[in-house]
Amino acid sequence: MLKIYDLIILGAGPSGITASVYSARKKMDFLVITKDIGGQAAWSGDIENYIGYQFISGPQLVTKFEEHMRHFGIDIRMPEEVKEIFKDNDLVHTVTDKSEYISRTLIVATGKRPKELGIEGEREFKNRGVTYCATCDGPLFSGKIVAIIGGGNSALDAALQMVKISPLVYIINIGERLTADNVMVEKINSYPNVVIYNRTVVKRIYGDKFVKGLEVLRDDKLEDIALEGIFVEIGLIPNSDFAGILELNKDKEIIVDCTNRTNIEGIFACGDVTNVPEKQIIVACGEGAKASLSAFRYLYTHNW
Amino acid sequence: MNIKVYSTPTCPYCKMAKQYLASKGFTYEDLDVSQDRGALEEMVRISGQMGVPVIVIDGEVVVGFDRARIDSLLPRNI
Repeated sequence: MLKIYDLIILGAGPSGITASVYSARKKMDFLVITKDIGGQAAWSGDIENYIGYQFISGPQLVTKFEEHMRHFGIDIRMPEEVKEIFKDNDLVHTVTDKSEYISRTLIVATGKRPKELGIEGEREFKNRGVTYCATCDGPLFSGKIVAIIGGGNSALDAALQMVKISPLVYIINIGERLTADNVMVEKINSYPNVVIYNRTVVKRIYGDKFVKGLEVLRDDKLEDIALEGIFVEIGLIPNSDFAGILELNKDKEIIVDCTNRTNIEGIFACGDVTNVPEKQIIVACGEGAKASLSAFRYLYTHNW
Repeated sequence: MNIKVYSTPTCPYCKMAKQYLASKGFTYEDLDVSQDRGALEEMVRISGQMGVPVIVIDGEVVVGFDRARIDSLLPRNI
């Protein structure tokens, strides 16, 4: 007979961590199932808009979050990946790659993951020059020519890391202009070793053992760029593949109401995996707090 | 038992791998490939790729924080 938890939290990014702290303070009997700690925040470069810190790096902020969570002695199953969730007789079943769990309530806080380009050579050269985490792998490309694919904040974040250690940084952007915050665009324009290609589509990645170059389509002409590192920063997709029973929007985000309820009773969701606008660390934290309190309210109104 | 971890200071999975080894009571040599050019070249040569972390346990190369693989290479009790 499997144990029945009050609550299971899926994910330990800013949203899941906040939900876990609130749930621990409410003395709920719960566990956290997650692939990692920190989620996207752990990959972030510089953070200057999390209140209380004028400046903190992603890994440093995540260390603070983790300390706060571990202080409560929370049961964390990691690394463990959710495969399926379903409901049976008012109880939620969570099936993972390691085990199966039962709970009265569930909070989905599984966040988002980087989108892939879907072009020739991308999979083949993953970790052989192609990377999705500039924060992790950026330093390995010191002294090498690199390209950042994308034009939003995460692309510019990666570019700003690389301009300091690379002789030449290309920014390959499909749009008319960069869509990142002006502060970042101004910063990047102040570096002489940056080349920005707008209205440019990446066609193919090639190399031998490692990446040697990139083929792009610019002004209807194919162009070759010789380089050794490619940072893909073209946005994110929600980790909602296992959540077939939940209602999703066209972007595959879980639809929640203002109290973080999903379409299924007892299942709540929060953070970047949901349709809540503004994907920000501080927003995700607030949503995590709300989801925990909603789960708590659900438990006591159902006499558990 | 000889354990090496090739890592960068900013990589979350590197940190998790190191914490995991420490929690099991294993000591390891920590090689920061963002600073140590020689270690970086060695990592690329032995693993054939450029992602961190790379963990080497008695000559066996593990790419990424692959806990199942790490467990299979570590002795059960120390």
